[in-house]
Amino acid sequence: MISVGHYLAVSAVLFTLGVLGIFINRKNIIVILMSIELILLAVNINLVAFSAVLGDLVGQVFAMFVLTVAAGEAAIGLAILVIYFRGRGTIAVDDANRMKG
Amino acid sequence: MIQLFAFYLFATLVIASAAMVIFARNPVHSVMWLILAFFNAAGLMLLAGAEFIAMLLVIVYVGAVAVLFLFVVMMLDIDFAELRAGFVRYLPLGALVAIILAAELVFAVGAWSAGGVDLAARAAPVVSDKSNIQQIGELLYTRYIFLFEAAGIVLLVAMIGAIVLTHRQRGGVRTQNISHQNQRRPQDATRLVDPGVGQGMEL
Repeated sequence: MISVGHYLAVSAVLFTLGVLGIFINRKNIIVILMSIELILLAVNINLVAFSAVLGDLVGQVFAMFVLTVAAGEAAIGLAILVIYFRGRGTIAVDDANRMKG
Repeated sequence: MIQLFAFYLFATLVIASAAMVIFARNPVHSVMWLILAFFNAAGLMLLAGAEFIAMLLVIVYVGAVAVLFLFVVMMLDIDFAELRAGFVRYLPLGALVAIILAAELVFAVGAWSAGGVDLAARAAPVVSDKSNIQQIGELLYTRYIFLFEAAGIVLLVAMIGAIVLTHRQRGGVRTQNISHQNQRRPQDATRLVDPGVGQGMEL
C-alpha cells in the first residue's frame, strides 16, 4: 500500500531537483523561475499528502493558497523578465547588479 | 495493486520530467517537460484523494502558468547557447547543495516517522459522506473566507503589477480618438469648390 513516506520521498526528490536547477541554470532566469515552480509543486505534494494521511482538509486549503502565490509570482517574474529583456536585449542575470535604480 | 502501480508510474514520470526541465538544452522543451511534470503531480494528488487540488493544478499550472512561460520563451529572441555557458562550472556546487539538502530531507522524514512529535487535534476533519470539493468549499467560504479574499487581493496585485510593468506608451502610432471623430462637423471635413474650365483640380 502507498504510505505517506512514498509521497514524502517524491516530494523531497522534486524539491532537490528544483534547488539543483536554480544552481546549474544560473544565467537562464526562465529556467530559474521554472525551478521555483517545481519547488512549490513539491511543497504542494507534501501538503496534500499530509492532508490525506491526517484526515485534515486544512492542508488542501493551504495548498490552494500556495498555488495562488505561485501563479502571481510567475506572472510578476515574467513581467520583470520582459521589461529587463526590452531594456538590454539579453536575459543573462549576471550583470543584473549593474542596473541603476 | 493498481494504486501502487499508478503511484510508481506518476512518481517516476514526475521526477524524470522534473530532471528534464532543469537539464533540457532548449527552454521550450523545458516548458513542455514542466507541463508533463504538472500533469503527473496532479495524478499523484488524485491518488491521495485531493481531487479538487489535482484539477486546480491542471487548470492553473498547465492552463495558465505553463502557457505564460511558453509565451515569454517564444516571444523573446534569446541566444540560449550563451546562457548555458556556466552549466558545467556550477554543476559541482549545485550538486553539493542538492545532496546536502536531500540528506537533510531524508533525515527530517526519518525523525518524523520515528514519532515523538505530538500533532495537534484536527483543525478540519474529513467527513466521509461529502465529496472533496464540497468539503473544501464549505471550509473556504466560512472559516477561511478572509484568507480566501486575501488570496484574491494577491492575484489582483499581481495582475495590476504585471500590466503596469509591461505596459508601454509607444510614440508615433495612429490611434483612434472616438470623441474627436464624433466632434467632426460636415463643414470641417468638406468644402465646395467651383473650379473654372481648364483649371482642373488642385491637390
